[in-house]
Amino acid sequence: MSAIARNPTINDILKGISDPEIPVLSIMDMGIVREIIENGKKLTISITPTYSGCPAMDTIRDDIKKALAEAGFEATVKLVLTPAWTTDWITENGRKELAAYGIAPPLDPAADKKALLHEKRIVKCPHCGSINTTLVSQFGSTACKALFKCEDCLEPFDYFKCL
Amino acid sequence: MTNKIYQYLLFIGDNTMILGHRLSELCGHGPSLETDIALTNISLDLFGQTRNYFQLAATLSKEDKTEDDIAFLRMEHEYRNVLLVEQPNRDFAYVIGRQFLYDCYHFLLLHELVNSNDEHIAAIAQKSLKEVTYHLDFSSEWIKRLGAGTDESHEKMQNAINYLYPYTGELPEETPIELEMKELGIGADLPAMKTDYYNRVHEVLKEATLDIPETNWFQSGGKKGVHSEHMGYILTQLQYMQRAYPNMSW
Repeated sequence: MSAIARNPTINDILKGISDPEIPVLSIMDMGIVREIIENGKKLTISITPTYSGCPAMDTIRDDIKKALAEAGFEATVKLVLTPAWTTDWITENGRKELAAYGIAPPLDPAADKKALLHEKRIVKCPHCGSINTTLVSQFGSTACKALFKCEDCLEPFDYFKCL
Repeated sequence: MTNKIYQYLLFIGDNTMILGHRLSELCGHGPSLETDIALTNISLDLFGQTRNYFQLAATLSKEDKTEDDIAFLRMEHEYRNVLLVEQPNRDFAYVIGRQFLYDCYHFLLLHELVNSNDEHIAAIAQKSLKEVTYHLDFSSEWIKRLGAGTDESHEKMQNAINYLYPYTGELPEETPIELEMKELGIGADLPAMKTDYYNRVHEVLKEATLDIPETNWFQSGGKKGVHSEHMGYILTQLQYMQRAYPNMSW
């Protein structure tokens, strides 16, 4: 099972598709492409939702089919639930792009376990880099983000929650 | 057998659907922008989970039902949700109280279901549990903030808890289908969750300086399809499109 195609063209096409709610991240950097089965021009691609109710999944599925069809591939897109998506699958490159876009990337899992144990998370402001930040709301502009405020530069920002 | 798993999925999916619907009523009407967004995000999670359950149920249905048929085309007495989740949004304290009392149960239920012998149910539970951990965190924090807040917020939160608490008794009640699913290792052991449930609820209420309601009387019926008067109004709105335009889709 591989989430990277042997044919580099396929990977390049998939890297050009983004989550419509976080346009800065490609679906490859998001880690939602779980498996690519290649059979010549016929492909079976498994994707997994970030959240159960993620409204972007249908769009992403259609975008994958369309982009690959334009390059002559016939793709079947399957939705899989296990293993459940985790923010650990966001690539290093994806994390950098999130921060540059103004969304604080998810902390490493050990640091975020603190949140599950109701301890304070240390989240760095993507605008000024300060760690003097506070949680405003556990849910931000989408279910996958929390709303934070920087106490130094006073800017609000989204934090991509660990899942 | 598949029919019994189908029935069992309704006990889980109807709760997430009706609670999700109640929260969706707050879209654009939350008391503040942050809480409005949070509650509708929780609603979206619940609808996503509901779709997962009903898509699975549709594959088990004998009559070629779709997820929409299951969600929208049943009669009131065929819905298996508990009375707690159909309680209306009287004010923010009621919304938070209902959410907290359900989240606590939901969290424990999913903890059990991740070990289900049915791989599909286990997969949905694993996905949902991550989301519900955040729901429980959100509602617990608000219980504490309102309970230990001003005199007015304390009083409103206490009133809401007093009103909603008698609806919690139905959560660990076991119907014959749930008993059978438990024995097959597919479903959760509800009666075994009861002590843990009340311990968790009471711990948060105490921290919120709220009194634990003293009652031995609990209201139930939803799981048997005997709903409160609110359910008819919910279904009128929820089912309108499918009733008016059968088989319509977006």
